Amino acid sequence: MKLTRRDALALSAGAAAFAVAGAGLPQAFAAESEFDAEVAKFAGGADIQEGAITLDAPEIAENGNTVPISVSIDSPMTVENHVKDVMILADGNPRPGVATFHFSPLSGDAAATTRMRLAKTQNVAALARMSDGTVYMAKKEVKVTIGGCGG
Amino acid sequence: MAKVKPRVRIPKTASAGEVITIKTLISHPMESGQRKDKEGNVIPRRIINKFTCEFNGQVVFACDLEPAISANPYLEFSMMVPESGTVTMTWVDDDGSVYTQEKKITVE
Repeated sequence: MKLTRRDALALSAGAAAFAVAGAGLPQAFAAESEFDAEVAKFAGGADIQEGAITLDAPEIAENGNTVPISVSIDSPMTVENHVKDVMILADGNPRPGVATFHFSPLSGDAAATTRMRLAKTQNVAALARMSDGTVYMAKKEVKVTIGGCGG
Repeated sequence: MAKVKPRVRIPKTASAGEVITIKTLISHPMESGQRKDKEGNVIPRRIINKFTCEFNGQVVFACDLEPAISANPYLEFSMMVPESGTVTMTWVDDDGSVYTQEKKITVE
């Protein structure tokens, strides 16, 4: 990602506001707004409800390069009532998107596991869209000891 | 660059209506497009961007992957087995390559 002078200035201004001096290399991380935009796009106007989702990620990840994450959703997974899409987002990565799972009634269980990269300590969120259009969200903070952005 | 090799763990037999777990792993660098080489040039993005699992031609599970997925992407998901058939798994690479694996499941 190319950092323009304007971005760099904005970032350093932000850093100053939070009194984080000497934070090292300037890095462009996903702004909260980008994360919110992804959430709004996925929800598509539907109200976001709590519950239904079990998001399993470690409290503390020693290595941000491979953080295991599991998501499972309470659903009978029938043709009439099943989970359609599940999106995983991370609000502190250069880009918030992590993965989007697409389930079908043939899935049997709305559950999936993968491994992701986390650049720093941040919130990981899972959003699920049901076949009836209901949207659920679950969030979890993962503390990262060594970030996974390479460098 | 190491060869891209998909690996799949799936039971050979199942009872009708059983929900099985499928584990897949494909060796792939998942270059995020965020890293730079020694000269400071951005290393171009190259990731597996899509995974699909089909059973007898019907999509069971699909996944859109982003650069935030770790190298050697691992995916674990479940599938309900209605009858004997073939499970086809497809990985799509940014460079256009498509990797597939086929596994047969027999219903006892």
